[in-house]
Amino acid sequence: MLNIIWLFLLVASTVTALMTGNLKNLVNSVPEAAMNAFKLSIGLTGIMALWLGIMKIAEVSGLTNKLSSLIAPIMVRLFPGVPRDHPAIAAMAANMIANMFGLNNAATPLGIKAMKDLDSLNTTKGTATHAMCMFLAINTSSLQLVPFGAIALLAAGGSSDPTIIIFPAIVATSFSTVSAVCFARFMSKLKRFQD
Amino acid sequence: MPINELVSTISNLILILFLVGIPVYGALKGVRVYETFVDGAKQGFEIAVDIIPYLVAILVAVGMFRASGAVDIITGMLPSVLLDFGVTSEIIAMALTRPLSGSASLGILGEIVTSQGPDSFQARLGSVILGSTETTLYVVAVYFGAVSITKTKYAVHAGLLADLVGVIASIVVCRLFFG
Repeated sequence: MLNIIWLFLLVASTVTALMTGNLKNLVNSVPEAAMNAFKLSIGLTGIMALWLGIMKIAEVSGLTNKLSSLIAPIMVRLFPGVPRDHPAIAAMAANMIANMFGLNNAATPLGIKAMKDLDSLNTTKGTATHAMCMFLAINTSSLQLVPFGAIALLAAGGSSDPTIIIFPAIVATSFSTVSAVCFARFMSKLKRFQD
Repeated sequence: MPINELVSTISNLILILFLVGIPVYGALKGVRVYETFVDGAKQGFEIAVDIIPYLVAILVAVGMFRASGAVDIITGMLPSVLLDFGVTSEIIAMALTRPLSGSASLGILGEIVTSQGPDSFQARLGSVILGSTETTLYVVAVYFGAVSITKTKYAVHAGLLADLVGVIASIVVCRLFFG
């Protein structure tokens, strides 16, 4: 899928730019975006190290195991390929909690930690497992309960009631998450995705 | 306390609970917290470096797509029946940009708030869409990049489907609440 999307973005933007005469903009965007990608990756280092360190303490102290057994009944249903006492369970749970509360700076490192843990169960390196797909589906469906960015924009624009959007946003994001989970579960049963 | 502040206070308390509560718990269990922290944190740089190629691939393609003006062309091709539901071309542009770039979609929402007013249907709809969708391609690049996965099976389909469902649900819910 990424092969198709990636190639589509490259070709479609070039064709469009040639038609609209935006070629100069297009070319100028390339080094800027590459630099930006580098800065974003490297910029993750500090916060990544912080949460990896904290999660290591959670693991060594046995907190990870405790949390895992607490939420295992739900997680085992969502991620049937992951043993209930595996560190990935706790890392995924921590990532989801951070996501729900909009703590992006914590959610991304915790999510990466969870992916590392899930990869330790992966027998076909380089290819995603069903658990990884389910975890990605949940993450990319937006778990955030309160859209702080949007509320801040409405408030800055002088809205009389910026938080009025909270409840509708929770309803809409529940639909998107449930559909992502159902879709991922359905796809995991398909023959073409069996290992 | 207004809801806005209350919600953000709760979020911050949860962050502190993770950040301080875990080391305190570890210390109570007899863990040498400082050494353990440093040991775990060592991997941080390695992971960040691993992600670079994946993020360069995605962000360059997304940047080109945005700079080409293709979003405007797609927006112009969509049926005008959407307008009857209060879905303007700005909303469509924001929804199309959302899986590609978080900051760009937030920027479009800012323009909607300025041009239509902060209490307009469009501003609220845009906000709800922003809250129920995610920067899918970025998340995919970072998460799969960290474990060097290029064969993503159906993960991207699921993410994009969730974005589409989020947009449709937002339109329906906003019609019900604010229509």
